[in-house]
Amino acid sequence: MIEIENITKRYGAATVVNNVSLVVEPRTVTVIVGTSGSGKTTLMRMINRLVEPTSGIIKLDGEDNRTLPGYELRRRIGYAIQGHGLFPHRTVAQNIAVVPELLSWDKARIDGRVSELLSLFQLDPETFGPRYPHELSGGQQQRIGVARALAAEPNVLLMDEPFGALDPVIRSKAQEDLLAIQKRFGTTIILVTHDMEEAIHLGHKIAVMDGGNLLQYATPAEILANPATDFVATLVGTGDRPFRFLSLSPAGDAVEPGNAEGEAIPASATQRDALAELLWSGRPALPVVNDAGKAIGRVTVEGLVKRASRPAA
Amino acid sequence: MVVRLDKLGVVTALITGYAVAGAPFATFRANRIVAGEPQTLLAALPSWAGPTLLTIVALAVIIGLFRTPSTLRLAASFAALAALFLLIGTAAEHLTPPGNTYARVSPASGFWLLLFAFALLAADSLTRLRPTPLIRILVLILAGAFIGSVLVSGSWDKLSILKEYSARADNFWAEASKHVTLALGSLAAAVIIGIPLGILCHRVQKLRAAVLNVLNIVQTIPSIALFGIMIAPLGWIAANVPGAAEIGIKGIGMAPAFVALFLYSLLPVVANTVVGLAGVPAQANDAARGVGMTERQRLFRVEFPLAFPVILTGVRIVLVQNIGLATIAALIGGGGFGVFVFQGIGQTAMDLVLLGAVPTVLLAFAAAIILDAAVELSSPAHSRTSA
Amino acid sequence: MKLRFPTILRIGILVLLIVFLVRPEWFEPVFRPLTQNNAPVIYNQGSLLTLTLLHLRTVAIATAGATIVAVALAILVTRSFGVEFLPLSRSLVNIGQTFPPVAVLALAVPAVGFGEKPTLIALFLYGLLPIFENSLTGLTTLPPTVTDAARGVGMTGWQRLLKVELPLAMPIILAGIRLSVTINLATATIGSTVAAKTLGEVIIAGLQSNNLSFVLQGGLIVGVLAVLIYDGLSAIESFISRRMGLLQQS
Repeated sequence: MIEIENITKRYGAATVVNNVSLVVEPRTVTVIVGTSGSGKTTLMRMINRLVEPTSGIIKLDGEDNRTLPGYELRRRIGYAIQGHGLFPHRTVAQNIAVVPELLSWDKARIDGRVSELLSLFQLDPETFGPRYPHELSGGQQQRIGVARALAAEPNVLLMDEPFGALDPVIRSKAQEDLLAIQKRFGTTIILVTHDMEEAIHLGHKIAVMDGGNLLQYATPAEILANPATDFVATLVGTGDRPFRFLSLSPAGDAVEPGNAEGEAIPASATQRDALAELLWSGRPALPVVNDAGKAIGRVTVEGLVKRASRPAA
Repeated sequence: MVVRLDKLGVVTALITGYAVAGAPFATFRANRIVAGEPQTLLAALPSWAGPTLLTIVALAVIIGLFRTPSTLRLAASFAALAALFLLIGTAAEHLTPPGNTYARVSPASGFWLLLFAFALLAADSLTRLRPTPLIRILVLILAGAFIGSVLVSGSWDKLSILKEYSARADNFWAEASKHVTLALGSLAAAVIIGIPLGILCHRVQKLRAAVLNVLNIVQTIPSIALFGIMIAPLGWIAANVPGAAEIGIKGIGMAPAFVALFLYSLLPVVANTVVGLAGVPAQANDAARGVGMTERQRLFRVEFPLAFPVILTGVRIVLVQNIGLATIAALIGGGGFGVFVFQGIGQTAMDLVLLGAVPTVLLAFAAAIILDAAVELSSPAHSRTSA
Repeated sequence: MKLRFPTILRIGILVLLIVFLVRPEWFEPVFRPLTQNNAPVIYNQGSLLTLTLLHLRTVAIATAGATIVAVALAILVTRSFGVEFLPLSRSLVNIGQTFPPVAVLALAVPAVGFGEKPTLIALFLYGLLPIFENSLTGLTTLPPTVTDAARGVGMTGWQRLLKVELPLAMPIILAGIRLSVTINLATATIGSTVAAKTLGEVIIAGLQSNNLSFVLQGGLIVGVLAVLIYDGLSAIESFISRRMGLLQQS
């Protein structure tokens, strides 16, 4: 659990983060969204003390983050940034091994961990371990950046626009990978982005920041349904709101009894995908199948449209 | 209240403390080449001057020690430097017995350390004030005028370096003019040949590597060897080409020195021309073609003006380098301030060495400041902010 | 195989240089046309090999000292406690470069006497500047994402310096050392005007006795040494930068 209590950061006369408080539940993904200059990155960098707050306290699992020296604290917290920040003079394997080495793990354990992480990110350890960062594609570099952040098995992972430099196709794949890894390790992730779409897709909770202030801290559904201010509403984008809302839940949740003709859609697909398929194929209903491929009912245009409307406050 | 010390101020204070308490201020010698007797600051200066200098120095150190405004620090360091310059002359007056023309008084390590300490403080305050190019040149002119008036006033006449000067005043100006002719003349030749050569290298890819390689290799030949190597071909030309000897081409003397300096100067000029032209944005060139400029118009109206600051940087490198290298010309009879340096080394007369070295350093220093200012004034970033 | 020819050429030049230093008399016919009146063709006032080694030794000592001091200073002014000195150190480097080597050499003589010492001082001071300037450039132009990542993974100040900043700045620092060595190889010859044992002795002997052959021998040895050392250091630099993938960026 991460407790941020009345955190303020000033640079001279400028207040970059203004009296922000929020609690991040363990094993969840929290996304901080805001435009540039909103203070979102500064807020995140105060968690691992890359930036020291002017006032306020941050507690990790109940312990003040100032009890350890900054560098020891940072070794226990994963950190991944836009443009990956890999060390160009070290091989991929050496890059991933940085934190375990700083923590003086023994060599066998480090090697094992490096291979495990490379395999996890679908990169062959034999092939990719000895390469240098510049020999990899942008997507591969980004994966190594995340692998390095996870190397010492941190409970908390901080990510600053980690997918910002990727093209859309690789980006959505990287997002899926991140969600899978979060589920697998149960890591608490705090991710900073300017992209509301990404926030809604990845976050269990979203913190919207503007001008150093925390405007709203809520679940994606809540933010879509009841944006706290006009600024939040603008970020969410009124035109896309119903579709974003549908994208939060799986088609399985919208299943109605009955049958339908034509190609089925898996229950794990989002309701947005289901509606898109319905509209595109011009059918009134789609069959839904579970993971085993067994039909469990159908979704209808009518049913999905109802779900896309603004929930009662 | 916490009083915060300035780190450079601490350094200045330490140097000053040692210079005043632990090092001699001036050296007295019975004649030109015997070993000297070191004199402390208070012993070297007349009874009124010693405490005066100490007071000014102490005040400047205190101002430097605390975090005071840069303008105040600059004023304090200039005041200390001026006091040092003015009072070293009185030390010579004070230490030289009346009527004795053999005795020599020269500044000693304490004086040089004080000079260094306050020059450091002045440089630091000037750097922090970020003076515009024109202000920098103005400061240079004022400093030059100050030193010039001290020289003219005659208050340094009893210092040994000026005794060396008065013994060979005519020679000094002749060598000075040779030195400047060598440095500037070879620079002019290098600019006239080097810039077109650079443009050619920019246009003709194949030529570029070859020309730059040859010029690079020329740079690795030690200056004294290159000066020496030039003797033979120029001697041959003087002997075999009609009229060559009449216009002053000889195997020894200024001609080989001039050619050697010219060869050294070519690389920075050509290389910077090539780099400057290569750095012209492709869009600018494209636009120039797009609006229908001819090749020649594009060169003179677009490429050359944009590359000019880089070319000027090359000229700056060459001028400073040439002023230094021209001292070597003395080894092959080419004249210049090197004459005094090498004579001084030969006679172990260090005052004579200084007579050659100090003007060389001052010339190079002034050239660097003026051309740095010119480079800054000519760069597009500057004209944008001043517009 | 485009690279092949220059490599062979370089090895050839190196071999030629070694042969010339060990058996200079074999080259007598080459230099004979440059002398007059039966003057000695090959430098005969000492061993060329010994002078070359002394020359290299002087340059090596001065450059090693300059490297240690310049890199240490550059590290100092790029740490938070020394950052106050950064602008001043930049100005000093600029001013220092205007001091002609002959002047530095001559001014060092009264302090330390004749011989190798003033030469070492002049070469040391002259060598400082390019190395300091390049180290400063290297340490202040590191990619910000990389330095941020180094802090973010929990490296201490020392670890960041030794494991990330210095290795990344290394190619630029090496370029400074290369420049410094090349300048110093040539400048060391001037040291012989204050009685240092360098190849300058050969050149000066030639100038004094009007013997072009001596001048050429001294000049050529220094020039060839400079070209070979310059090449060798360039090769090391580009190997390191290539490994880091920095070459494509520049």
